[in-house]
Order: sequence, then C-alpha cells, then structure tokens
Amino acid sequence: MSQIDEKLRTELQRQGVWVTSMQDLYNWGRKNSIWPLQFGLACCAIEMIATAASRYDIARFGGEVFRPSPRQADLMIVAGTVTKKMAPQIVRLYNQMADPKYVIAMGACAISGGPFKQGYNVLKGIDRYIPVDVFIPGCPPRPEALLHAFMELQRKIDGQKLTGTDKAEFLKPEQPSEFPVPKFGEHDLEPPANRDVFQPPKLERV
Amino acid sequence: MESLEQIKARTEAAVPDAKIDILPNSSPSQQPSLLIDNEHALAVAHFLRDDPALRLDFCSNVTGVDWLDRVVKKTVKVKTVVDGIEKEVDQTTEEKIPGYLEAVYHLYSMAQKHGPVIIRMRTADRAAGARLPSFTAIWRSAEFQEREIFDLYGIRFDGHPDLRRILMWDEFEDHPMRKDYVQPDDFEWEPTPHDEVLARAKQHYTPRPELDGAEKITTQQ
Repeated sequence: MSQIDEKLRTELQRQGVWVTSMQDLYNWGRKNSIWPLQFGLACCAIEMIATAASRYDIARFGGEVFRPSPRQADLMIVAGTVTKKMAPQIVRLYNQMADPKYVIAMGACAISGGPFKQGYNVLKGIDRYIPVDVFIPGCPPRPEALLHAFMELQRKIDGQKLTGTDKAEFLKPEQPSEFPVPKFGEHDLEPPANRDVFQPPKLERV
Repeated sequence: MESLEQIKARTEAAVPDAKIDILPNSSPSQQPSLLIDNEHALAVAHFLRDDPALRLDFCSNVTGVDWLDRVVKKTVKVKTVVDGIEKEVDQTTEEKIPGYLEAVYHLYSMAQKHGPVIIRMRTADRAAGARLPSFTAIWRSAEFQEREIFDLYGIRFDGHPDLRRILMWDEFEDHPMRKDYVQPDDFEWEPTPHDEVLARAKQHYTPRPELDGAEKITTQQ
C-alpha cells in the first residue's frame, strides 16, 4: 500500500518524479472510464440522454461510452420506472455484466416506485433485487444530479482497496456477483424481494 | 352527422332483430352511446362501418368498464287507505342489478370527417359469462386494445385472432382493473400514509396499546 510519506511525495513531484501506488493507479484508471450500459426505461432516460449529449457531456468524466452489451459495461443506470414485467430482465442484465460493476438508481421510480408505488405492475425500487451504489431522488432528476451521482460513484471507486481484509466487495470470491432472477408468479413476482440484498426499513413509531 | 336516434333507427332497419338502446350521459361531456346486443353486434358493426352516410371507418379507442353488483333503491309515493283516510306513503323498493363488464368503442369517420359514435356491449356476468364478440375483424385497430381489456378486465373476445395478455405477464391470473382486485400485500414503509395507504400501513405497525388504545392497531405477524 502507499505508505510513502506525503512530504516526500510532494518533494519528489517537485523534482519531476511521480510516485504512486498500484492501487491508486488502478482506481484512477477505473474511475475515469466507467462505461454505462445503454438502456433507458422511462422519462428519466431522456435526462440521461441529455447528460450524455453536448450540453452536460458526461464524457468529461469518462462515461460517454454507452455500451449496448452488458458484457462490456461497468455501470448500470436504472433510469426510470421498473415494471414488474421488466424487473427479471433488469436483474438478468445485471447478472451478465462483468465484475466490477456498479448501479445507479436514477429517479423516484427506480429507487422506490415513485408516484406509481401503489400501482399493480410497478416494482417498488430496483434495490429489492440488486445492490445499488448511488440513489438519485427526483422526478426526473436533472442532468446535474446524474453527474453528481456519477462523481459520487467515482469517489467510491477511488476509495476501494485492492488488498487487505477491507478490500472491495468484488474482489472477495465469497461475495455474490449474480443474484436470483425473480419469477413471474400468479399474483406478483416471486419472491417479491431478495431478502439477502434488501431489508425493508422497519416501522418504528415514537 | 345524423343524431343518435336516427342512427339507431337506420341500424335497426338494416339489421333485423337487433336490439339497440341509447344510453344517456348526463355528465359534462354529454356523449350518449349506443348499447348493442351481443348476438347482432357484428352485423351492427359492419353496418356502421360500411353504411355510405356513416362510414365509421376508424376505431380510435376501446376500453372496458367494470360494474359491480349493485342495489338501486327507488322511492315511490303510493296512495294507501289507512284507517279509512287516503294517505300518500313512501314505498321503497330495492332492485338488485347483477354485475357485468362493458366494452366501449369510440368510432370516427375519416372519410366523412365526423364522430364520435360510441357503442357499448355488455357481458352476461363478471365470471364465466364475460365473453363478447371481437371487432378486430372489422376495425383492425381494436386488436391490441381488446387484448388490453382481456388483460385488465378479463373479458374474452370471441373471434379475436391473438387473445393474449399484453401488459401483464402470461402467468398472471388476476385482472387488475377490476374493482374487486386485491393487490399483493407487499407494503413496507410510507413516509406520509393517508386514507387507504394508512389503512394498509396500520396492518404493519407494531401495536402500541398504551398509546393508541382505542385505535386498535393490528399486526399481521
């Protein structure tokens, strides 16, 4: 790990010698080329497209290469309402992505079901089936909010450790990188949530 | 365009034995509709489409309506003789109307540039008898919308070329737009519950009898 003294590092940099650690270099590379999976589900996708276009330009952060294949994507931006009919496909796409992979749940629908929460065909948040790294509220969130989430994700990637007991989740072989795809049931998805991933907030009244 | 009474009269002349009723609509839209009987529905629809004066060649919208069993109370003043004196007494009669499902078609004419003419059909009941003839053969645009009605209301359309669910998955068994549809109880947490949501939320609250007392909050665990 980078045990080098900060003062020495600064002094060396002044002399034209750049000292870094493998971890910093690796994470620096990863966080500046996050390739999102190219799919949108509802109106949030329009904001995502705006974020990718010239005015907001997610390319400034290295995220402009939207890939049409989950095999080549690092980031899944769940942009919009996830219907129960669509949820198994989302989980399947997530399973097909290669590690390390990250998820941004964009907008009120993707994080909780939003205005359609009580609807019969709307999933109450994609975090019921897959782990989510960054949640963005808003209906829809502005492109700035998506950029902010993207920067939060970069910060998270930058802080991930490659070795040691507190190393990143995706480096631990016992951590699952695939999650069970829910089945179409007679009345609802089965199971309605993956209890290993999702624990509902407890109802406590004071 | 002709008035609905004229359309009804001409249709009944063209399709013998067809039973057509005009359903008034007292809402702000003021759009009365024609209730047609299921047996002659196809012949009536053919007439409406092919009649040179009507030419209703465009079916813009098909939707369903669910009518539950209901009781209509009617109060009639009846003259009766009580103790030798004639009095007016209110007499209340209850009429039970069994539930049914309805399909509503909005028809326009591209050729004549008029419309809409609204036609309705009613099923016999809300269970096994929920069948209607399909108009897909007459107006192709009805195909997906009849599938949607089948999906959400459970009306089976006889003669439909491809009657499958369109919005919900095939394994799904309920019909969510029916008024007696019960959602799966996957309630978790609501920041500001009210009305029906509050009633559902209370099922999941931990009981606090010392505070709520009379509120009688129950749990399902």
